[in-house]
Parts: sequence; structure tokens; C-alpha cells
Amino acid sequence: MSDFTRRRGAVGYLLLIPAALWLVLFFVIPFYSLLATSLYDPSGSDFRGYEMTYEWSNYQHALQDYWRPLVRSLLYGGVATLLCLILGYVLAYAIAFKAGRWKNLMLVLVIAPFFTSFLVRTLSWKLILADDGLVVNTLQAVHLLGADGRLLATPVAVVAGLTYNFLPFMVLPLFASIDKIDHRLIEASSDLYANPVVGFFKVTWPLSLPGVVSGTLLTFIPAAGDFINAQLLGSPNQRMVGSVIQSLFTDANDYPAAAALSMILMVIIVVMVFAYIRRAGTEELL
Amino acid sequence: MSQVAEQDATSVPGDEGFDGLRLREVTKSFGAFTAVDMLDLDIPSGSFFALLGPSGCGKTTTLRMVAGLETPTSGSITLGGEDITFAKPYRRPVNTVFQSYALFPHLDIFENVAFGLRRRKKSDVDAQVNQMLELVELTSQARKKPAQLSGGQQQRVALARALINEPQVLLLDEPLGALDLKLRRSMQIEIKRIQNEVGQTFVHVTHDQEEAMTMADTVAVMNAGIIEQMGSPTDLYENPRSTFVANFLGQSNLIESSVKDRAADVVTVDMHGIGVSIPVARAHADGDKGWVGIRPEKVLIGEQGEQLDAPGNSVPGGVVSDVSFVGVSTQYLVRMPWGQELQVFQQNTGHRRLFRQGEQVELSWRPDYAFLLDYSQDAAAGAQRGSEG
Repeated sequence: MSDFTRRRGAVGYLLLIPAALWLVLFFVIPFYSLLATSLYDPSGSDFRGYEMTYEWSNYQHALQDYWRPLVRSLLYGGVATLLCLILGYVLAYAIAFKAGRWKNLMLVLVIAPFFTSFLVRTLSWKLILADDGLVVNTLQAVHLLGADGRLLATPVAVVAGLTYNFLPFMVLPLFASIDKIDHRLIEASSDLYANPVVGFFKVTWPLSLPGVVSGTLLTFIPAAGDFINAQLLGSPNQRMVGSVIQSLFTDANDYPAAAALSMILMVIIVVMVFAYIRRAGTEELL
Repeated sequence: MSQVAEQDATSVPGDEGFDGLRLREVTKSFGAFTAVDMLDLDIPSGSFFALLGPSGCGKTTTLRMVAGLETPTSGSITLGGEDITFAKPYRRPVNTVFQSYALFPHLDIFENVAFGLRRRKKSDVDAQVNQMLELVELTSQARKKPAQLSGGQQQRVALARALINEPQVLLLDEPLGALDLKLRRSMQIEIKRIQNEVGQTFVHVTHDQEEAMTMADTVAVMNAGIIEQMGSPTDLYENPRSTFVANFLGQSNLIESSVKDRAADVVTVDMHGIGVSIPVARAHADGDKGWVGIRPEKVLIGEQGEQLDAPGNSVPGGVVSDVSFVGVSTQYLVRMPWGQELQVFQQNTGHRRLFRQGEQVELSWRPDYAFLLDYSQDAAAGAQRGSEG
């Protein structure tokens, strides 16, 4: 190996150091601490301190007590992701192919919600979906909702909030993928007897798959772990695992259970993501 | 292949029984810009037709209208007697080899070629695709992705992908533009071979005059949205009708002259005091003045006073101002008494001696080789390299 290539290798490692340090400090150490906490003796407390007893039953108890919010989280997250995909794909497609000179402006509008706080925006959904609000009144007027029907504190409100909050995370990767598609490929497909619908499913959609995969991951993972939407827009019946973990940590001070539940959520999501990427077969597309 | 007569004179709308591709008064405007202007074109089926012109002349727009990727602003396009002016691209028996190939990057070579057959739910896809891959010599690459192939191979995939559908008309949009010179030559021969084999109508768009002349049996020279001249490559080269064609296809010496006499078979002109005659069939100027055109390789160079090719038109008083020895030929620039520099290509047969810079020479040519063009046209129109006149 020449001196030059060795030096180039060294530079590569040097460049890795800042990010590696950051991750060790703020990911590896907290992760280890979370794992350790999940195995502490559950009878411990802030006051008396905790003891490491390799208490694997913490996991069993967490699953027994909280499987409902866990399943609900995956379900709400999944539905919100699907809604985001449908809404986001149409929007990203329109921005990439139809917006012309408005493209940049529309992209700014997509990320504009980030200029205000997540919390404030979710709170304002509370007003929108309020019992005597415009939306509920309109839906009642057209009999889509019963006279005493409501939106707030229902799964609809939580899923709507999640969909709204995570839509930009779906739109941006989708846009990046769709925008890269060479328009001539679509012309070629129509030249080769594919009508617009067939052309979309045979050319546009497969070529946008990298965006679909990263968009759905960026949406599903935070949406499944979210606790703000369920807390502000739902009732205890719509509790998601995120808010259970939060209240276990901050209200109940049951650290071992909270940590075990966090670990379970993480493992489930990691397994789902790997299964999904394998199935989508996008390693070679990415 | 038979020649097609000049369009504007002989086109009869609704002339029945024509089974090729026909464009009538086709116009395409993009806002204020007219890309294609009242274009009339008849392309007989089975012919290899080239649309030749500089970039921006409207040739690609014409092709896209035939493919259905662009809708004419006005006019009509018929194919085999059927009006396809507004037919969707996926409903036309027309396929295109795109300039950038536009191969589907997510599909392998086999599936790229099979795309059209699968869309039309053809049976026997495997056998047909294999046969087509054999024709373009890509059988061993069937399971590779387009990005893994070289430019020449991708080009052949694009050709196979279009040809397998047995289109009535195959459109080729600058298909060889991205290839290097050597590969381009061999692909030209390859495409010609395939056209002979399959016998379909090929319409080839290119800005490369050599490519058009070597491949096509009929060439239409297009400029600024209209067709300047159409005919066989030899016809276009030997008897150009406009300064644009004279300069765009090869090179021409164009010399200012005034018409002296118009006889039944010959036009006599005065070219800076020298009498020159041109056959009537090669005279395309009506006014008092005209451009006498002569190809550099048709001009003979000799000693002052030496008659080379009687009965020729002889032009004395030239001085060699530049000599480039190319090997197969020698290219001279000769300054004439009226100040213009004429180009002369002399083939290196070994019979003629080389002239040196500064030598006094006399030029001559056979009247049958000269042509006369309209004086109102720009003598530099269509010139690609060097400057004549």
C-alpha cells in the first residue's frame, strides 16, 4: 500500500471521529443505560436507589400490562403512515412533475409548518376538531357524524394529528426520488404501449421506491413512538405506547418498566424495518 | 429506393393508396416560436428516411409529433391511410429509439426488451425476446441492468426494445449521438443491416450529414421548420437547390455572378468577367444574379494557361494561399483575382504535382458539375466549418 492511500485511509477515520464521539455519548451510553435500567429490580425507587438483579420478568410484565397501547401505537402509526403515503405521493408527484417554476415555493410551503412548534400546531388541531368546531358541525350537518358525535378524543383525531405532523417527513424523500425520475422514461413507456396508469405502476412507482421506503420509515418510526398527538387529541382510550412510557418515567417513576417497554418498542420497530426493507428489496435501488 | 419528388410542387392532398407515413401542413408552435412550419412529407413504407438539419431546425419536434409525444398545432399525420394526428402514443404502431436511449434502469435487459410485448399481452414473449437479443448480439447480457452495459450495447438494447414490437414506423432520434466516432460507424452499418433484414420504415433524425447520407435512401434537409430539399443522398449532394443545402451537406464554393443568357439547355453567367455555363437542370435561380456553386473536389487545379479538362469552364489568375496535405488528398485555398478564396481538393493519384503556396494557378471544372443558386439566399447559410465566399 502506498503512503498516499494509507494517509487517505487515516483521513477517513479522522473524519468519522466527531460523529462517532457524538453517537457514543448520546446514543451508545444512553442505550446501555436504558438496557441496564430495564433489568433493574422493580421494587427500587428514586429514593432508595435501584439494584441490578437481571430482572427479565420486567419485560413480561410490561408486555402483559401494556400490550394494548403497544398494538394501538403500531396500528395508529401504520394507518397514519399509509395516509401520509397516499397524500404525500400525490403532493410530491405534483411538485416534481407539474409545479414548474412554483416547485421551490411549494417545497418551502411543505416545510413551513416546521417554523412553528410541534406542540402549538398540535394544540391548534384541538380547536379545529373541537366539539362545536366547524369540522364537527359540518360533518354533523351532512350526517356523516351523529348529532352527539365528536372527533376529539377519538382514534380519528389521533390519526389525523399524526398524519398532519409527519406528512413533511413523507413528502420530502418522496419528492427527492420522484424529482430524479427522467421524464423521458415515462415517454418511453408510453411509446411502448403503456397507458398512463400502467406506465405509472411499471415505471414511475418502482423508480420512486427508494423515496417510498425512506418516507414510510421516517414517518412510521416516530409516529409509532409519538405521545403528543395521543395525549392532546385523544383520550385515555387512545393512549399510545409513547405516552405510557412517558408517564411511567415521569409520573409513576417506574423506571424499570418504562425502560423495558422502550426496549420492546425498539426491538419491534427494528425487526419490522428489516423485514420491510428486505421485502421492498430496495438495497440495490438505494 | 425510389426518389420522392419535391414536395411543394407535387403534393396532392388526399392522394389515395399511399400506405406510408404522410404529414400534411403540419405546424407546431411553442408560444411565439414556430418549430415546424406547414410541413408536408411523404415517407414511403419500407424506406430508410433521414431528417437532416442543424439543432433547433424542428426535426426532433417532427419526430415527436409522429411518435405522439407532441400534438401538432395544426395539420394532419396519417399512417397507412389512417389518421393518427391525435392518437395517444401508446395506441400508435410507431416505436422510438430515444436519443438518450431511455432504458428502464430498474429492469434488466430482457425485461426492457420485453416491455412492449408484455404491455400488449403477447404470448411467446420469451422466444421473441431471445430472438431479438440474438439479432442485436446481446444474448449473454440478458440479465444485466442497463447501467452495467457500455454505450454501444445500451444503444442496441434501445433498438431491440423498439424493433421487437414490429412497428410500422421506427423512429430514431439521433440514436448514435452519444457514441464515439468508431462505434458510430459500426452502428451505422449495423442499423442499416437490421433495416434491410426487417424491411420496416425507419425515420432517422440526425444533424450529422455523413450519417444521414451513408444510412438513408432518402434524405430531407430541414432548416428553420421547413424542408429545404428532399431526395437521394447523391441527388442532394450533386444538385443542391439552396445555399443551405450546398453548405450543410459537404462544402461548396459559392461565387457571385450575373446571368447573361438563358438557352434551352444551358444558362450562361458572367462570373467576375469570366463566362461560365451551367445546365438548366442545375440552375435554381430566376433573377439576374446568382451564386455559382462548385464542390471543392470537382475543381481542377493546374498551371496558368494549362487546359485540364476541356470542355471546361476555366478560371485563370488564382494564387495558392494555403496548402494542406491530408494524405489521400491535398486541400488548397486559392485566392482569386476578385479576392475570394476558393477551396480545391485534389485527389492524391500521383499523376499531378503538388502546388506550393504563392504559385500562380488556373482552376477549371466541367459545366455539368456546377450549379446555380438564388442570389437572395445567404451564401454562408448552413456552413458548418471554415468559411466559403
